[in-house]
Amino acid sequence: MNAAVNAVLAQDGGAAANPVLNISIFLVFVIGTLAIVFYVNSRHAKKTAADFYTAGGGFSGTQNGFAIAGDYLSAASFLGIAGAIAINGYDGFLYSIGFLVAWLVALLLVAELLRNTGRFTMGDVLAFRMRQRPVRAAAATSTLAVSFFYLLAQMAGAGALVSLLLGVSGAFAQGAVIAVVGVVMIAYVLIGGMRGTTWVQMIKAVLLIAGTLVMTIWALALFGFNFSALLGAAVDANPDAGAGLLSPGLQYGATTTSKIDFISLGLALVLGTAGLPHVLMRFYTVPTAKEARKSVEWAIWLIGLFYLFTLVIGYAAGALVGKETILDAPGRVNSAAPLLAYELGGPILLGVIAAVAFATILAVVAGLTITASASFAHDVYINVIKKGDVVDTEATQVKVARRTAIVIGIVAILGGILARNQNVAFLVALAFAVAASANLPTILYSLFWKRFNTTGALFSIYGGLATTLLLIVFSPVVSGRGEDAPTPSIFPEADFMLFPLSNPGLVSIPMSFLLGAVGTYVGQKRHDGSKYAEMEVRSLTGAGIAKASSH
Amino acid sequence: MSTTESSDEHTGGPPPGDTAGQPPSDTAGQPTGTPDWAAAQASPDFQELRKRLRGFVFPVTAGFLAWYLLYVLLASFAPDFMATPVLGNINLGLILGLLQFVSTFAITVAYIRFADRKLDPLSSKIREEIEGSSAK
Repeated sequence: MNAAVNAVLAQDGGAAANPVLNISIFLVFVIGTLAIVFYVNSRHAKKTAADFYTAGGGFSGTQNGFAIAGDYLSAASFLGIAGAIAINGYDGFLYSIGFLVAWLVALLLVAELLRNTGRFTMGDVLAFRMRQRPVRAAAATSTLAVSFFYLLAQMAGAGALVSLLLGVSGAFAQGAVIAVVGVVMIAYVLIGGMRGTTWVQMIKAVLLIAGTLVMTIWALALFGFNFSALLGAAVDANPDAGAGLLSPGLQYGATTTSKIDFISLGLALVLGTAGLPHVLMRFYTVPTAKEARKSVEWAIWLIGLFYLFTLVIGYAAGALVGKETILDAPGRVNSAAPLLAYELGGPILLGVIAAVAFATILAVVAGLTITASASFAHDVYINVIKKGDVVDTEATQVKVARRTAIVIGIVAILGGILARNQNVAFLVALAFAVAASANLPTILYSLFWKRFNTTGALFSIYGGLATTLLLIVFSPVVSGRGEDAPTPSIFPEADFMLFPLSNPGLVSIPMSFLLGAVGTYVGQKRHDGSKYAEMEVRSLTGAGIAKASSH
Repeated sequence: MSTTESSDEHTGGPPPGDTAGQPPSDTAGQPTGTPDWAAAQASPDFQELRKRLRGFVFPVTAGFLAWYLLYVLLASFAPDFMATPVLGNINLGLILGLLQFVSTFAITVAYIRFADRKLDPLSSKIREEIEGSSAK
């Protein structure tokens, strides 16, 4: 299974030494970050819920900007996009643009207002002026759904990726790798809470951006810093695609359906980011709206630079490694960036880039786990199940959140092992589609529309979630595409496909906005204008935050 | 880089009715010292702040979404146009794609400047008035 990588590596006789080197770099990273997590947490003896969920809102905007980049840039972004550009050229780049532009929604409409109106979760914002229990239950449902899809994609990817990078193969070894990822993730969350997780994300962001910067400059230097020459070499190395590599269409341009499918995906990417629960939660880790704004500013610069680097890395991998070698490697498209690292800097750079990719997975899964456990403990357990009636909310919340994190970790390990050989790429797109359909409309309505009420929120969240899931079930992702198709369905032999698009966003997002409006008018006419007055004033001015915290 | 030492001072304000994890004195709706939110909302300063914020973020959001959609539509339905060579191997599609990065960075910088100059002074003023009056 690792023949290609080993063949490449064997060229300078380092094949046997490589996994040892890579494992050593991984171990250094894991032990180093665990030590840091342990250290930063030991300096803060208090174990309040605020401390566990949001590090007491004590990070600066700059720190949080790095952490957001670390939370957001998943292995799919790094390896997936670099690989997509190497193989399909321009269409991979097209994908990355949606991921970046999306941050403007967060910057302009969501980050600051959310910071001023909630404490820990999206449920807090909705509960501000609506009936607590139903909206918190709904917000937690969609949060857990998004986190689960995203987590499953990351864990399943982790098995394939780390086995590629470590040179281990076979079901048992991959399962063991997934279990190790899960255990380390649980350790970060239990030992460090949000503070520790944030530090892991910041370290990861620095490593990832530094690593990709080195590869970018190195690759450009080989072409005399002439990007046009690099593009020319990529075209020459891939005669099948030829100049088509430089313009859109190779991946998404086959049919009108595939073009519309891409537009649907683009919509979900742009509107989904500002509804991803682990992104939303990061806005609560800073003290003020101004710092939240600064966080997003930093995140946009870092994420933008990163995607510019992947553009160079992707084409450079196409030019220097070649399409055939990439597709023959065990990780297929995902192996483009690691193979380029080997081509440029030999086993050392490969080891470093492998460690960066590993760090990437760990930081993202830890962020997802803490978000999902906070949502369960804070929204579901305390406010829905116990109706706020607990003797010691602080201690109970933290205890429930920690137990939830363990359960989520175990579910993620088992799910990751089961989904190991499935095509899980669609899960990330699904997570974005649910976030864009179930979360964003409710958040925007709740912040900007006075008339919006509980019924509207429930219609929008459950309606958006149900529409998205139903469309996915009846899409070509699940059935209708036989084994001989380029991307077969999960059940290739069955055919109950009723909806032609793999990405439901084009239908589900407008549907959810519509349902939110319909529900609002169907629901009780009585709405609490004074609550909206308070919410609007507080969301725009931050009044009330400083007052509450002076106690 | 290090986290600020405080873990308590910066705790966010609880939404009213959020009973979890806050001492009773923190909840809004106290008989004395509760800010008059409706009056604050009706004040000319707040109306101006609201107008400035919405006057910036709504048109700009519509603008960048339209520009992104135009780009995606061109990429999907006009690949030949996108393949128009500009300089060496660099074609129009690549230029337009990079312009999406440029516009994203430019909007970010413009919003930060706008918020620092036009929003923050006004929102601080309103916040101080509210907190000053409720502390009496």
